[in-house]
Amino acid sequence: MRLAVLADVHGNLEAFRACLDHARARGAERIILLGDLVGYGADPDAVVDTAMAEVAGGAVALLGNHDEAAIGTAGTGMNDLAALAIVWTRRRLSDAHRRFLTDLPLTHEQDGRLFVHADASAPGRWHYVQNAEAARRSIAATAAQATICGHVHRPALYSLGENDKMNAFAPVSGAAVPLARGRRWLAVMGAVGQPRDGNPAACYGMLDTARCDIAWQRVPYDIDAAASKIRAAGLPAGLADRLFLGR
Amino acid sequence: MPLTERIIDGFKVGEVLHEGGMALLHRASRPDDPTPLLMKVPRMRPGEDPAAIVSFQMEQMIMPRLAGPHVPRFVAMAGFEASPYIVMERIEGPALSERLRDVPLPVDDVAAIGAAVADALDDLHRQHVVHLDVKPANILFRPDGTAVLVDFGLAHHDQLPDLMAEEFRLPYGSTPYMAPEQLLGVRHDPRSDLFALGALLYQLATGETPFGEPQHLKGAKRRLWRDPTPPRRRREAIPPWLQEVILRCLEVSPDRRHPTAAQLAFDLRHPDQIALTARAERRRRDDIVTALRRRLQPEPLAPRRVGAAGRIAAAPILAVAIDLSQTTDELAGVLRNQVQKMLGSRPGARLACLHVLRQTAAAAGDQALRNRHVQRLVELRHWAAPLHLAEGRVTFHVLEAPDAAEAILDYARANRVDHLVMGARENSLSRRLLGSVAGQVAAEAPCSVTVVRRRRVG
Repeated sequence: MRLAVLADVHGNLEAFRACLDHARARGAERIILLGDLVGYGADPDAVVDTAMAEVAGGAVALLGNHDEAAIGTAGTGMNDLAALAIVWTRRRLSDAHRRFLTDLPLTHEQDGRLFVHADASAPGRWHYVQNAEAARRSIAATAAQATICGHVHRPALYSLGENDKMNAFAPVSGAAVPLARGRRWLAVMGAVGQPRDGNPAACYGMLDTARCDIAWQRVPYDIDAAASKIRAAGLPAGLADRLFLGR
Repeated sequence: MPLTERIIDGFKVGEVLHEGGMALLHRASRPDDPTPLLMKVPRMRPGEDPAAIVSFQMEQMIMPRLAGPHVPRFVAMAGFEASPYIVMERIEGPALSERLRDVPLPVDDVAAIGAAVADALDDLHRQHVVHLDVKPANILFRPDGTAVLVDFGLAHHDQLPDLMAEEFRLPYGSTPYMAPEQLLGVRHDPRSDLFALGALLYQLATGETPFGEPQHLKGAKRRLWRDPTPPRRRREAIPPWLQEVILRCLEVSPDRRHPTAAQLAFDLRHPDQIALTARAERRRRDDIVTALRRRLQPEPLAPRRVGAAGRIAAAPILAVAIDLSQTTDELAGVLRNQVQKMLGSRPGARLACLHVLRQTAAAAGDQALRNRHVQRLVELRHWAAPLHLAEGRVTFHVLEAPDAAEAILDYARANRVDHLVMGARENSLSRRLLGSVAGQVAAEAPCSVTVVRRRRVG
């Protein structure tokens, strides 16, 4: 089965739709939304509507830290830009949206693979997995042969061999990497809605469970439209500008 | 527990054909499948080198991604939850190591073997893989002479995690053939395989390995500063062009080697067109003071990371086919402009200029034909002169054949041409009568084809 894994949509409807279309055209049979549907982007309501429709059709959606913040009322503990966007986002969500987000689980397991928004050793604490040591901590905390997470907004692949050595790899877009048995893997998806690896194209992962490999896909989308909406909404202009840079 | 005579996943496991440091190779077969098969099983007992497992995992990742005549066909594999194995096509043909009994080999054999192995490396590099363990035992030949590379346990794939690089501090490989940068831990440069092939050609041509058989890393690292004895000093019969090729492969800096395996194969197939440098005439090693100076002030060896396939894209073989009898000066100029643009910013690119002299078998050996042959060569050189290409970057070939399109296509296939440029015949009557050479070439070529035509008015 081919699973499309989409992380960090962040209210970017154009990027979200482009990735869903791209994945379906390439035979994705199941969609897994890895959290952070909202925050930063100008279309949190339309993105959550789309996610709800996907879930009704069999997709799996997980909770991210921005989703959690958007349904809360307390301070977010986030940086100013993110917090500002969350306050704006809260006003855009309906009760139905809030109920949907409230019910999202932190993790999903399927055939020995663990899906989670951030570090799997403490899924609700939202630690970033952005180096080999953090990856080792996440891998050590679970029994999964492969963990798939997001949150970092930069694609990465880590693996742990039998001799206890960690390997870190920067995936090449479009090139499938086998998640070979005999090792344990942690794959960090890039972001659909706000890539930060210098490549502005939306990023998602395609996991082929029969071949047991994963490929990071890059999808061009209408950045102009997404950015104009952010500006028109009165959100900080930096949130629009960064989409063009992938930073 | 011995596997022989067991049935694993439908494969009947036969006797051990080879016992390597990291794995055993069994004969294998499958009912109703006449293909000769080989089952590779890693050494996994406690106390074995942990590199054996990692190397096997690497091979399991790489082999299913390879295709073509220059690698064994991948059949099946199983992971580490049960007994791990890889089943692949068994290449019956002799290994190059068997030829080591006969060294030194005749010069023509050395060049032919070198070109065949370079073809195989070119194919592998295009598939993003640097072999990193090119040695006689890892090169087999199919009955038609096609070279097959085996054992990808030390290889680097530029789109996959490199498990060997990160997990083992010491470089793995075969010290007589290992490239200097590989000894320093660089694993992504396809030109490391050209160095190994150079060491191999040196051995085939002289009977000796260029750097001996060092048992330790320290001894192997001498090649970073100590140049090998020139092949012609060891064996008088080696022609200057072969020494040129071998010593170019053995350059310490990858940037001074051939830019791609395809270009090395090209040189080995056209010895008369090789630009000879001081390497060709070298009669002795550098004096010890020069060598020690290199040791104390080594040249930095930090090749840029562009990936195996990227290096080929940066150093393509272009061929331009010009029918000078049919080409107006104006079209010749347009063709030259086009070629100049394509060579443009790629200093590693080289250009082969072709002319097809139509002839039938009966005319062969005719003095008039020889004169025409020479005249066409002169005209090709004249055409290319304004490009100001250094010797060695441009070669000239007059092909004698009855059919121009077939001759150009054969040339492109045999020489692994990346891009063909040709002019469209301007005279519409002759095109109608003779058919379009460019059209046939564009339809059947194994590479990109650019057909250049002057813009017509009206």
